[in-house]
Amino acid sequence: MKLLEAQAKEILCGFGIPVPENAGMVSRPGDIPRVLKKAGAGPWVLKAQVLTGGRGKAGGIRVVRASSQMKKNLLEMLGMTLVTAQTGPEGVPVRQVLLEKPMEPARELYFSVALDRRLGCALLIASSEGGVEIETLARNSPEKILKMEIGPSGALEDNQARELLFRLGLYDSDQKKSRERAQFFKNCVRAFFALDASLLEINPLALTAKGGLVCLDAKVTVDDNALFRHPELARYEKAACLSPAEKEAKAAGISYIPLSGDIGCMVNGAGLAMATMDLLKQHGGDPANFLDVGGGANVEQVTRAFKIILSDKNVKAVFVNIFGGIMRCDVIAEGVVSAAKVVKLSVPLVVRLEGNRKEEGAAILSKSGLDITSVGDLSLAAARAVELSRNHGRTP
Amino acid sequence: MSILAGKETRVLCQGITGSAGSFHARACRDYGTNLVGGVTPGKGGTFLDRIPIFDTVKEAAEKTGAGASMIFVPAPFAADAVLEAVSAGIRLIVCITEGIPVLDMVRVRHSIQARMAESIRREIQTRGGLEIGDPGVLDRHRVWLIGPNCPGVITPGECKIGIMPGPIHLSESAEPRTGKVGIVSRSGTLTYEAVWQLTALGIGQSTVVGVGGDPVPGTGFIEILAEFEKDPGTRAVLLLGEIGGSAEEEAARFFKEKMSKPLIGFIAGQTAPPGRRMGHAGAIIEGGSSGTAQEKISVLKSMGVAVAPSPAEIGATVQKVLASGGKG
Repeated sequence: MKLLEAQAKEILCGFGIPVPENAGMVSRPGDIPRVLKKAGAGPWVLKAQVLTGGRGKAGGIRVVRASSQMKKNLLEMLGMTLVTAQTGPEGVPVRQVLLEKPMEPARELYFSVALDRRLGCALLIASSEGGVEIETLARNSPEKILKMEIGPSGALEDNQARELLFRLGLYDSDQKKSRERAQFFKNCVRAFFALDASLLEINPLALTAKGGLVCLDAKVTVDDNALFRHPELARYEKAACLSPAEKEAKAAGISYIPLSGDIGCMVNGAGLAMATMDLLKQHGGDPANFLDVGGGANVEQVTRAFKIILSDKNVKAVFVNIFGGIMRCDVIAEGVVSAAKVVKLSVPLVVRLEGNRKEEGAAILSKSGLDITSVGDLSLAAARAVELSRNHGRTP
Repeated sequence: MSILAGKETRVLCQGITGSAGSFHARACRDYGTNLVGGVTPGKGGTFLDRIPIFDTVKEAAEKTGAGASMIFVPAPFAADAVLEAVSAGIRLIVCITEGIPVLDMVRVRHSIQARMAESIRREIQTRGGLEIGDPGVLDRHRVWLIGPNCPGVITPGECKIGIMPGPIHLSESAEPRTGKVGIVSRSGTLTYEAVWQLTALGIGQSTVVGVGGDPVPGTGFIEILAEFEKDPGTRAVLLLGEIGGSAEEEAARFFKEKMSKPLIGFIAGQTAPPGRRMGHAGAIIEGGSSGTAQEKISVLKSMGVAVAPSPAEIGATVQKVLASGGKG
């Protein structure tokens, strides 16, 4: 789960990590008078709360000096669609705007802790050059990026914090200042582990004129597998913007990602689901979704999966590819037939069942009297689904 | 011949009284696995069919002589179950459980590494040193964790430790001269699909290892490739990869530098949308690799791996490589 900047800052603050003063968040025009009253005189930075990078360049951050201009700017930003380098042309809608005190940092740095898959541990990444995208920095001046593995203790050790200060040019002969800065980094690593994060990125990290470190922007991604032990994050989860189909899939334990094509896919297992999409593409088709129905593939699960797939109005054909391993193909076929009846399937359905008792399964499908094409060969089945998606308009 | 598991492997099941645990423990036993016991805290002294159940892995290992364990413990408690198996001296741990927090796995990996290092240190202490270049030292102390979030390990006709359907596998090639193929995969059902294609072509499998789809697996591709390279019963290796991370690229480099047996590869996810997995810093720690299927496929090809062009042609690609006898 990705957290919005304001959410991440609220949490980091609880770990003793300084963040800029804020006057709260505006989610709808009705909030504006209350927030402005609290804010008092400006200037203020208005920051669009979206789960994407590059928002500054796209107009998602505005500095407003005159109080009289605040309302106008807030109204403009709420409901605007931000198109950044990372969102694609459709952009993302701005639903919330954060009001923050502007800061004039003496220096901007980069700091993050991320899960390194190759090393199998948490890796701290920092640079004395902040405010730019880390990818750009990695390309242009990789020597300016420093990396540190976090060991089994799950904490930044004193010697690591010290090294960090020296290498980032943050060591100060004033011991109190150095100690505070070291503590800032230790708190960040502590937060990463305490939150079960897979990414905690502070960019820019500001060094203020007074010599303190402040988190100017924060990106935090929490491991979905660990949400069960973070009830405190549940309120943020509710705020995450999922489509109704995505919500339904989540509730059903189905992994579903909507795409832009017209062939609905239902497959058991993530690897086979991806491979099935690839195959459709190779045959000139365009998958409408990624859907892993899970290991069970029983009537109830298949019915829910059909409903999710068909809620996408672009779907012109559905391709079911299930490898009957533990579960027999005849049982799966019965499930597909009853599910197709329940949802009153209105588009052609191509089913490829492979594995245990596949002949019996195919027979059940062809005798069902429904518009189901049963094809045993994987490649031929995909070709057939592509063909049907082209020939058949959807009957309303 | 095979790797990791065979006829003699004595297997425990942790979480044997749960619905998945009992179902698959029975399925493994019926396949012919030497399933010697189960573990569920509080159910010690009872039985599943005639399989004895113990309260702790330590007791189970002592009483049954088990060297392997298959874990079905629910995700919140699974990491601890792995650690329990490690400290009981289990040397092959197959964790089927899906949804384990990734930082739990980081902790488990650190523990296993510490355990192996300590075990080697003790040997050095006892023997007063190691012979220089002792090739067996790692094998003597190695603790294998396969998974989590994986189908498990199967040596067809001998031992099944996992949830894969046994009957789709083939223990001997129809034509013995063909030799057998070892499989290592990050996926479940895609592995079954590939196995089924090979079986249909009469190509047997030496051992099939699902290393799991999690970002931090207990064992990676390279460690399994090294075992297959050493195994006289494996003639060629099939690697089934997918988008994300850089494990496939590293495996391909290992193949080029260290392997004499042919490697066939397939990468799922050529049409997957980008950016659904990792944020900013994730991409950079992976050395700027984008982790896309296209990039992986081009690296695999450049290292001499024979890449199957489509999921429907995995078996046919293996067959072609075996027939040509060459590298890629």
